[in-house]
Order: sequence, then C-alpha cells, then structure tokens
Amino acid sequence: MKLDRTTVIIAAVTIVLLVAGPLLPAWMMSLIKISLCYGIVVLGMLVLMRTGLVSFGHGLYYCLGAYAAAAHDKLANALAELGEASSSLAVRNVMQLPKMLVDALTGVFGPYDIAVMLGFSVVVTGLTAWILGFLLRKYREIFFAMLSLAFSMILYGSLVKSSALGSTDGFNIAAKGLFGATLADNSLRQAIFVTIVVVTMLSALLINFYLRTHRGRLAEAIRDNELRVEYMGASVRRTIHINYIISAVLAGLGGALMAINIGHIDPEMAYWTTSGEFVFIAILAGTGSVLAPFLGALIFETIRSFAYEYSPNTWQMALGITMLLVILFLPGGLWSLFQKMRRKAA
Amino acid sequence: MAIVLEARGLNKTFGAVTAASNIDVAIEKDSVVGLIGSNGAGKTTFINMVTGYLKPTSGSIIFDGRDITPLSPRLITRLGICRSFQIPQLFASLTVYENLMTGVGVVFSGGGWSDSTPLEGTPEQAVDTMLERFGLTTYRDKKANVLPEGVRKLLDIAMAMAVKPRILLLDEPTSGVSADEKFGLMDVVMEAVRAQGVTVLFVEHDMEIVSRYTQRILAFYEGRVIADGEPAKVLEDPEVRKYVTGESHAAH
Repeated sequence: MKLDRTTVIIAAVTIVLLVAGPLLPAWMMSLIKISLCYGIVVLGMLVLMRTGLVSFGHGLYYCLGAYAAAAHDKLANALAELGEASSSLAVRNVMQLPKMLVDALTGVFGPYDIAVMLGFSVVVTGLTAWILGFLLRKYREIFFAMLSLAFSMILYGSLVKSSALGSTDGFNIAAKGLFGATLADNSLRQAIFVTIVVVTMLSALLINFYLRTHRGRLAEAIRDNELRVEYMGASVRRTIHINYIISAVLAGLGGALMAINIGHIDPEMAYWTTSGEFVFIAILAGTGSVLAPFLGALIFETIRSFAYEYSPNTWQMALGITMLLVILFLPGGLWSLFQKMRRKAA
Repeated sequence: MAIVLEARGLNKTFGAVTAASNIDVAIEKDSVVGLIGSNGAGKTTFINMVTGYLKPTSGSIIFDGRDITPLSPRLITRLGICRSFQIPQLFASLTVYENLMTGVGVVFSGGGWSDSTPLEGTPEQAVDTMLERFGLTTYRDKKANVLPEGVRKLLDIAMAMAVKPRILLLDEPTSGVSADEKFGLMDVVMEAVRAQGVTVLFVEHDMEIVSRYTQRILAFYEGRVIADGEPAKVLEDPEVRKYVTGESHAAH
C-alpha cells in the first residue's frame, strides 16, 4: 500500500518527539504530554463526529479510563467482596475473576505496570461503551449529546460518593514499571513520555487507517444521509455503535495516560466542564484529519497556560475569543486552513 | 418466464385512507414494468412496501420464493431489491466517486448478500465502471451538492445499481429532468440495466417514457391495480384513460 501523507507525518512526529523530547525544557515536555493526552480523547470525538454525533459527555470515558487504570486493583477487590455476599456459587466465582486476573498480572508484571493499567482502561471503557452503545445508537443530535452528558454526570456523582476512591479529592497514583521492568524517578518519567507518544501516535495511525476502510467511510455517509446508507445494505446503528466504542476506548486511553502522567485523579475528570473542553478542542481543530485533534489540543493547552499566566482572571476570555474567531472565519476548524492552502497550491 | 417478485393480497391503510387494496402482482425476471397512476394512487406506497420501508397491513411479498414482508430495507437491499428516489438521496458533502464507493464498499465488505458472487475487479474498478456506465466520469470529483438535477438523478440511480440489484425500483426517474434530457437519461439507465441483467419496476408520470421503455404497465387507482398488461392495451383502457392519463370522455 502506498504511504499516505498523514502516515508519513505521524511517523515523523513520533521520531522527532522521541529523539528531541528529552532535550526539551520541562515545561514544554509537560505541555506536549498533556496535549497528546487531550489529543487522543479528541481523536475519539472525531471518530464519533464523523458520523454527525457530538458527545457532551466524553468525560465519562476519560474519567472511567483513568479510574480503571489507577484503581483496577481496588475495583477488582470491591467486585470480589460484592460477589462474596451472593448466595449463588456461579456469581461468586464470576465476581472473583477480575481479582484473579489482577493478581495474575501483578505476579507477572509487578504492581502498577503501565501496560497493565492501560489494558484495564481499554477493557473497562470498551465494555461500558459496548453496553451503553445499545441505547445511545438510537439517539441523534441534542438527544445523543444530552444522554451522553447524563451518563458522565452519573459517574461523577457516584465517584463523589465513593469514599474508598477518595470522593471529591480523588487519590494519588504512581506507576511502578513498564512491561515488567521496575522503574523509578528519571527512567519512569522517560518511560511515561515514550508510552504517551507511542500510544497516541499508534492510535492516530490506526484511526487514520480505519477511516479509510469501507466501514470507516460509512461514517460521513451516515452524517449526510442515514436513509440512503440503509438502502445500500449497511447498518447505520451498527456503524455508530462501532465508532462509539472506538471513541470511548480512545477517551479512556487519554484518561489513563493523563492519570499516569499527572499521578493524581479525581471525579472532576467526568464533570461536564471537562467534556466541554473536549468539544471545544474538537471544534477548534476540525474533523478533517486525525492530526487535527493533536494540533487543536496543543493550541488549546498553549493558550490556556499562557493566558493563565499573564491574565489569571480573564484567561477564559482568551479561549472564548479564539473560539469566536474560529467559528466566524474557519467553520471547518483550524484544519480547514491547511485544506484551503493545499487546494490553492494544487 | 420465471417469476422473481410477487405481491399477494397486499393491503395498506393509513387511518381511513386506503393506499393499497388487495394488490396481486407477479413480476417476471428481466422484464421492465411501468407503474402509472395519479398522485395518491398508491404507486410509491407499493414501492415502499416492496423495499420494506412500509409494512403492509395484510398480505405478503415474495421475492425469489422467499417471504420478505417482515424484513428491513437493509436486509431487502442485501437480497437484491434496490431503489432510487424521486428526490435524489445522495451524500451531499461527498464527491460522486465517494457516493458510489460507499455502496460498492458495503458490497465488498461482504456478509449476508444473497448473491455471493463478488463485483468484478477491485472496488476502485467497480466504481469506475459505474461512473462510465452512467456517464458520470466528468463529475467524478465534484461534490454531490453542486451537481445539476439531471446528474443528481443519474447518480441516485447509479448508487442503487452499485449494490448489485436483481430488481431495481425507480421512483419517477425523470421527474425534475428537462424534456430534452429525459430520453437521454432513460437510455443510459436502460443500457446499464441490460448490462447488469436487472429486472426493473418504475413509477412514472410521463406516458411517452412509459410506452417507450416498458413491456408491461400496471395502472393504479385508489390503491387498486385497475389495469395490467402491454403498454398499448393499458393506455387504451377506458378506466385508465379516465382515472390515470386524465383524458375526459368529452374529448371523444
């Protein structure tokens, strides 16, 4: 297969980041890491937005992914305890399974291995999205957006009430290794950086490929005309469901990576303002390319950090003005600027 | 000749309105059948029932010996009954090529198509064949929302033909098309139909088109089929002249 431009750019960005990353000043490293974590969540939004659906509750998976990664042992124990209360042997055994899995993985990789944490994030967000998807795939437009929001607020509410998980304060976490190698301090920081770069760029690559498959292309057709898609023999609901799950897993990975990166999680990750930021970045960036979310996230984070530093009381205004300008002059998002330039050059 | 599609005792009522009343029709393979009737006579309702968009109040639809009445439009499409629309149903923000590729892609993804023989060549070649067959090559990279109406109609039909139909249902293929374009459009469509070996049912108001391209006409009135036969005979039928073609008795 011929390499397309996007694949080449992703490969180049990955190499540049991996080589130059360690040489960058700490504040810039931090900015890049946070942008990549946000970028992968917004990449998930993009997969969904291609079908014409905007979720106002993607914080649900962002937060769930983070908690699944950070508290997988606590959650598995809680499930096992819950199972003990049941009189049915089958239920008791099934509820033990996550704990057995966690124990087995801890035995092999050691506690809080980054790969294991990400794995749990993928499984938990994927399963949750698969279940919720059966309901959500029936809804469109504002109803889809609001129902997504409702689910994210249910998670927020539950976490706030869970004292075992730190309630509103959340809790600190520390990754301890990668693929079984125990890491600390500098080597751990390096490993986290490499993981973030590799996971996000690999996801971008896979999504870039997916969007070009027959199934992936259906998304835009669905956005334009659902009736016709059905009359071409394709299932609108199944396609939306698949894209929804992909979208959720990406958001979950973003949350898990952010948790590992920052070392702290709290229910705020599921709060509607967090979801709002993802929508903001998605609209700022546009859905033209899998690279757009990362560019959007980088610009968003840059504006936020600088505006916050220079005008701590009015930094939201800077974001507001940026959004206003984008909607007025670039309704297709920042990415449409590149598309326009390319069309002019051609 | 072999019967490919059969409607048995189809009834459809919307409240007090009867849109289909005891329709019994058998369609032979490889025939071209015209459906005529004034507005509200039940032609489009018939097409909507055959494609699964509307469920009949009673009666059944048999395709290739199989009862397809309870199936969804998607499954019926996959069995080989495809349709075009009176108002073209396109993917407005996609190019002509992408519009066709969407359908071709669904076929190439496989899974549950009754006709398991794949389209020839690669998906790209299949799309190119359709572009050529429908004279759309010059519009290949144009977005669907900027196309002139005649081209939109052609694309709409080409999209139905892209998903391997065995029966093609056309809902007023020449409506919205100028008088000097309509025969050209129908020639292109009929040529493509012959190339793919498809049975055609089409709803049409233009009697010139109907008598020129069909071997058989079904005339609808108030949900009933009031005449069924060769075009010349049906168009001469007094009931058809009274209720469908609109020639009053005073003219005689």
